[in-house]
Amino acid sequence: MDPVAIKAEGVTKWFGQGEAKTCAVRDVSFEARFHEMLYIVGPSGSGKTTLLSMISGILRPDSGTVRVEDTDVWALKENALADFRLQRIGFVFQDFHLFPNLTTVENVAIPLVLKRRDWDDAIKEGMKYLEVVGLTARAQLNPTRLSGGEQQRVAIARALASGPDLMIFDEPTASLDGDTGKKIVEFVKHDVLTEHRCIVVVTHDDRIYEYADRILHMEDGRLLEGKGSADA
Amino acid sequence: MLGILRIAYKLLVNDKGKFAALLMGLTFSVFLMIQMTSMFAGMMKKASATVTNTGAKVWVMDPAVTNVSSAIPMPDYVLDAARSIAGVKYAVPLYSGGALVRLKDGTYQPVTVLGLDDTSLFGRPQLIEGKIEDIYAENGFVVVKDEEYMKLENPKMGTEFELNDNRGVIVGVAKVPASGLFGIPTLYTTFNRAVQYIPSMRYTISFILIEPQSAAAIPHIRDEIKRLGYDTLTEDGLIDRITNWYMFHTGMGTNLVIMTAISFVVGLSISGQTFYTFVLENLERFGALKAIGAKGRELVFMIFFQAGITGIAGYGLGIGLCAGLIALAKLRVPDYASIITYGNLGLALGMVLVISACSGYIAVRKVLKIDPYDIFRG
Repeated sequence: MDPVAIKAEGVTKWFGQGEAKTCAVRDVSFEARFHEMLYIVGPSGSGKTTLLSMISGILRPDSGTVRVEDTDVWALKENALADFRLQRIGFVFQDFHLFPNLTTVENVAIPLVLKRRDWDDAIKEGMKYLEVVGLTARAQLNPTRLSGGEQQRVAIARALASGPDLMIFDEPTASLDGDTGKKIVEFVKHDVLTEHRCIVVVTHDDRIYEYADRILHMEDGRLLEGKGSADA
Repeated sequence: MLGILRIAYKLLVNDKGKFAALLMGLTFSVFLMIQMTSMFAGMMKKASATVTNTGAKVWVMDPAVTNVSSAIPMPDYVLDAARSIAGVKYAVPLYSGGALVRLKDGTYQPVTVLGLDDTSLFGRPQLIEGKIEDIYAENGFVVVKDEEYMKLENPKMGTEFELNDNRGVIVGVAKVPASGLFGIPTLYTTFNRAVQYIPSMRYTISFILIEPQSAAAIPHIRDEIKRLGYDTLTEDGLIDRITNWYMFHTGMGTNLVIMTAISFVVGLSISGQTFYTFVLENLERFGALKAIGAKGRELVFMIFFQAGITGIAGYGLGIGLCAGLIALAKLRVPDYASIITYGNLGLALGMVLVISACSGYIAVRKVLKIDPYDIFRG
């Protein structure tokens, strides 16, 4: 059995104050292992993205702990937390959040630049990741000139560039048509998931459930009973 | 860190519309600041032209004198007293006054007449035609060939003219570092001839020019002259007095301050607003950078770098534009009084840095408040 990559225990998050106070994630505990593609699924507003943010060091939980391998994520101070995200987490945002004023390869090189790599080295290495996603021919174009699927691949290349243990995909197929979405997830499953990497995908697109190793169902901020370790 | 700055630079300059708007705002602002202050500097240079052209280290004058054109004559005994003060190498009189030259067509042209000490000719200009000793010739005058020269109908060597009903002859043509403020030609002659040709009061010495034996002797000379009831100023001190008089006793200083403040406010509002909009439009990107792992200080550095780049580029363009326009203006109006000094440049740079810092600060406050979670939520 592969070692544990993420261990969340009793994670809870409240939003708002007074009568408007709502619990977005309530006492959620789960584990994810390396070499595992874990889906967190559920209807809109069920707390998937909030949970994803808490396990990736973006949003501080009100209670509970999150460990990524040997690191207690929320025990880290602000700068250490930023370093943790840079060194260990690869984000693929729902809207990609590529920089339209940079070329494709420059977008991919951003995490390397943030790691203080020399610009030319970062660009060279960025090209390697573009090669992984099959977009070397598009390296010098601005992302606005790419299709949705290509932009998604650039976002994946950027996430890969930081050499992460944990990759976070937020609704990876939301901006893509059915076929492209499937191809992207298939690519992630076969070429991005390695034995030293864990991938967590938040989605409510049931057409890609077949690629999950395990699926966690969320509703009203809770993991549904009996489904915490359900196989796909 | 250089890589991050490179990203910041590309984000800024590749957003061509915003970058152009930012540059325009700052360029215009710098242009106004430099234009106003350089005009003032140019006018002050002209107002102090006699002081700089004469080159005397120490000037003695009536305490009420505010500038060279408003000299109050002093009695001869002041000159004698000055010559007897310990530490004075030599002291000579200078006459400064106005006269009317009658032109060939019968019209009159006001001129400034400077009468140099007959013995030493101290403070004489550099001649480009003629010999200085010819100034002793009968009715001899040296004309300064500056922007105002043509107003005397371009006199040549030997040209005769009428000055206050006296005959004058051009015996030399000179050049000086700066021409006067009031747009009238300058004639040099000897002190005695100047006093003879130009109606004057009982006292005739406008200024006493002193060459001290050393700089250390100046305070003593000042004290001794003060006992006689007169003022002693160094060359720089007199220039400062003239500048301060124009600055605080005419409307020029107020206008300068108002226009400089307006250009500062214009620059601050245009660039501040545009830079803030630029940052707002890029807020998601800064949020994404934060989510990926950029630290707060790196984002702050990026924003101040962007503000600084814009400021420096706008500063350079503003100076270029101003220098170009001054050069163009001088082609058409030779005595256009505008010079760009290091002081002007320093003031404008300071103001641009303040504008950039304010714009950056407003933007930084916004960027530091972004929650990467908002980027996740979309």
